[in-house]
Amino acid sequence: MSPDKMVRMANQIAVFFSTQPDVDAADRVAAHLADYWDPRMRAQLHAHVDAGGEGLDPLVIAADARLRADQTAD
Amino acid sequence: MKDFIIPVRERDMGTPARTGAPVTLKIDGVQVTVPEGTSVMRAAAEAGIAVPKLCATDSVEAFGSCRLCVVEIAGRRGTPASCTTPVAEGMEVRTGSDRVRRVRRGVMELYISDHPLDCLTCAANGDCELQDMAGMVGLRDVRYTAPEGAGLANHFTARDTSGAANLQWLPKDDSNPYFTYDPSKCIVCSRCVRACEEVQGTFALTIEGRGFDSRVSAGAAGDDFLTSDCVSCGACVQACPTATLQEKSVIEMGTPDRAVVTTCAYCGVGCSFKAEMNGDQLVRMVPYKHGKANRGHSCVKGRFAYGYAQHPDRVLSPMIRERIDEPWREVDWDTALSFAARRLRDIQARHGRKSVGVITSSRCTNEETYLVQKLARAVFGNNNTDTCARVCHSPTGYGLGQTYGTSAGTQDFDSVEETDVAIVIGANPTDGHPVFASRLKKRLRAGAKLIVIDPRRIDLVKSPHVAAAHHLPLRPGTNVAVLSAMAHVIVTEGLVDDAFIRDRCDAEAYAHYAEFISDARHSPEAVEMLTGVPAASLRDAARLYATGGNGAIYYGLGVTEHSQGSTTVMAIANLAMLTGNIGRPGVGVNPLRGQNNVQGACDMGSFPHELPGYRHVKGAEVRAIYERIWGVEIDPEPGLRIPNMLDAAVDGTFKGLYCQGEDILQSDPDTKHVAAGLAAMECVIVHDLFLNETANYAHVFLPGSTFLEKDGTFTNAERRINRVRQGIPPRTGYADWEVTQLLAGAMGADWGYTHPAQIMEEIALTTPSFAGVDYALLEEKGSVQWPVNAAAPEGTPLMHVDGFVRGRGRFMVTEYVATDERTGPRYPLLLTTGRILSQYNVGAQTRRTDNVVWHAEDVLEIHPHDAEVRGVSEGDWVKLASRSGETALRAKLTDRVSPGVVYTTFHHPDTQANVITTDHSDWATNCPEYKVTAVQVSLSNGPTEWQEDYAAQAARARRILPAAE
Repeated sequence: MSPDKMVRMANQIAVFFSTQPDVDAADRVAAHLADYWDPRMRAQLHAHVDAGGEGLDPLVIAADARLRADQTAD
Repeated sequence: MKDFIIPVRERDMGTPARTGAPVTLKIDGVQVTVPEGTSVMRAAAEAGIAVPKLCATDSVEAFGSCRLCVVEIAGRRGTPASCTTPVAEGMEVRTGSDRVRRVRRGVMELYISDHPLDCLTCAANGDCELQDMAGMVGLRDVRYTAPEGAGLANHFTARDTSGAANLQWLPKDDSNPYFTYDPSKCIVCSRCVRACEEVQGTFALTIEGRGFDSRVSAGAAGDDFLTSDCVSCGACVQACPTATLQEKSVIEMGTPDRAVVTTCAYCGVGCSFKAEMNGDQLVRMVPYKHGKANRGHSCVKGRFAYGYAQHPDRVLSPMIRERIDEPWREVDWDTALSFAARRLRDIQARHGRKSVGVITSSRCTNEETYLVQKLARAVFGNNNTDTCARVCHSPTGYGLGQTYGTSAGTQDFDSVEETDVAIVIGANPTDGHPVFASRLKKRLRAGAKLIVIDPRRIDLVKSPHVAAAHHLPLRPGTNVAVLSAMAHVIVTEGLVDDAFIRDRCDAEAYAHYAEFISDARHSPEAVEMLTGVPAASLRDAARLYATGGNGAIYYGLGVTEHSQGSTTVMAIANLAMLTGNIGRPGVGVNPLRGQNNVQGACDMGSFPHELPGYRHVKGAEVRAIYERIWGVEIDPEPGLRIPNMLDAAVDGTFKGLYCQGEDILQSDPDTKHVAAGLAAMECVIVHDLFLNETANYAHVFLPGSTFLEKDGTFTNAERRINRVRQGIPPRTGYADWEVTQLLAGAMGADWGYTHPAQIMEEIALTTPSFAGVDYALLEEKGSVQWPVNAAAPEGTPLMHVDGFVRGRGRFMVTEYVATDERTGPRYPLLLTTGRILSQYNVGAQTRRTDNVVWHAEDVLEIHPHDAEVRGVSEGDWVKLASRSGETALRAKLTDRVSPGVVYTTFHHPDTQANVITTDHSDWATNCPEYKVTAVQVSLSNGPTEWQEDYAAQAARARRILPAAE
């Protein structure tokens, strides 16, 4: 998937959860990515974050960190 | 397994059923109790007594014109018509006295004096009520004959006995491709006119003239059936008691001698039909009166457009090729399946377990879909399964799941009969879900109010005897803003159903929501500039929905196919909770599903993150159920969705696809990207009736079977599980479920199903919402709506009756977020897409029927103002371009679309409207944003270079080598 497309898709998810009251938005974005994104898509996201995360909503970057933490915990 | 075979002709009770207090009367000495308001004719039928009749039939209200059904009633004078006489307590009726028999014979003699006596060669021979009634009343003699060499007026001879032209005689109208109108056989009973009005609601027919000059007439003077408003639903043909309105297939093939009750394979309404056959030939499809979705009605697709099953384009032999630039080679099943299995296993060996996947079909049965996802999960060993619901109703699943706890539509179709205010948003039921539209229009004619929210002035906004109270012509992409503004009005004007929210909804979530939605930025006035909807009419519409009685929301893909599709579904769910419109008849949230089994395909675990019954693959206890039965380990990670599969294919990590009954190259957005994805794969297996567009990139073609050729079940938009019954054997030798099983077998699995009923047993065993479903129950009940389990052994017509599935309903904050797809100087117009009555989806089936007479090509609807500034006139070729691609088609100037908005359909591959649509998608589900694309329109000379290249590639890709001797 083109990086632009991935960034757009991830940011769309972040925008939704950032509008939700009383939730830990980064957690919810991470949970959404874990539930709906195939592992290779998440790997692409990790790689993009590692490369500087250009264009990503800060919430996505926070969620990416949670995703990695969860994966290590498993 | 016993098939549900019924006599071809069902019993006609004469007049419609009534509900009311019981009334007891005696008919011919037989005591019978019927609801108040029932006709004497129907009461007699209930008692097993048939009163002769011609103008009465139980699909329409009594009319009382033929006078054949006269009876005698003790204490009343004369011989009243039994069809128009309601029953009364203690009434004593005689249906066969000498007096009424005399009257009937006299009436019948007059009818027959003006009717041709060519019964033996008539198409309705054996299926003619006039013939039956003549027999029943004992007519032996017709005294009225024309004197030699003189004129005597009749309607059935072209010349009278003097040889002069008979001006009363009219030639047959065979303009409609599916039925003929022969005025010479008409008895002017008005059944067709009444069916067109009462059942279909089109009002295309009328009785023209008076007395002896009375004629059935379609449209205005000079019209024939084809040029009139007739939508060819077939209701008139079904109502006609003679050969006046007759299916052309019956004229050609003769009357059928057996019928199998089955379910239509077109839209999500899921109409029940009798497939009427003669030997192994299908003669006609007739809507089944006891079908609970359609109640005896049909549309042009289900009723008539089945000819694709016999179309010469149909491929009946498996085919393979090494590379997609080679011609196809016809091979036997074993060769094709082992070729496919070898390639898939080889890809997995080289690129990993997750490098292959499946697309299940929303056109195939539940049992077939279940097997295809099982193939991915149990044989491929991954969760790479998706279905076309991805591109239509996946946001419904997410949005309703978050708010109510289940993706299920909340009502049955009967519910509309108790609706007082209907909101139709992003749906065009008269074209997309015609039989439901007829039921809705019937309710609207009885006084219910309608609110249409759509960028386009759809037919429901104004059609004969139906007018929307409000049409909110919003700018494409602003659904959330409009629905939030409606909620704002309801909350800030105090129109909320407080008791419902207190008793049924999550208080904290509501408190957040109420605060959010009360903000002035959501007011209709604040969003008017954005949405284009006048604030005053939005306020009125919101008030009407909140205060007008039972409010029901019906929605379609105009809601879901947006970057905020899931948010829009949540906004709809919020509206219904705010107003307490959930959990009883007449209300609810009703997603109108696109394809026949899109509901079932979702139920059956087609999505990459869910096992059957909407249970996430991450749940170890759910995986354990299948691991036990299938004897394999199930991947706990979600797989790829369709757009992700194509992206991964371009990236080189996804190499093999088994695609059953879908045409993603035509139906999915951004055609060039889809083609690139398919071209990058090493093994594309297309399992379909025809060499569809996707097959241009396939290496294996497995011929499919039509719904007429197999057993199984479809689940419609009401969650109704309906049987599909085999009428004729599969023309390819195998039903589709058998082919999937053979492919699994070629890859090493041993499934061993011998009938779809066994697959349903496995579904019931593993899926709680289907726990009580089996074929025996379906035989007994006809159909059931899931959940079917110990708590609801006969199914669940209404959801959330005593509480939401998730416990308390959850209000969700629905912030409007503009789509990234915006108009600008290069692409100043917004394109939105949809469908038309006569064609279905990618048109693979309907384009191969006579339905093309109504819609032979996709056209671009454009507002006259936008056309004028571009120099475009009606019928001109125009180029339609977006940042994704360009195509050319003809323009149609209409004010149905607002200035700034253009509209087209996607039924024809020559146009390939999806070369225009982009890769934007719903934030939660990746459902593509078909409904908003920024475009430019300019004059053109004909097809674009891309279209010509595409057509040339398609022609090359469809070459088939002559079979080896």
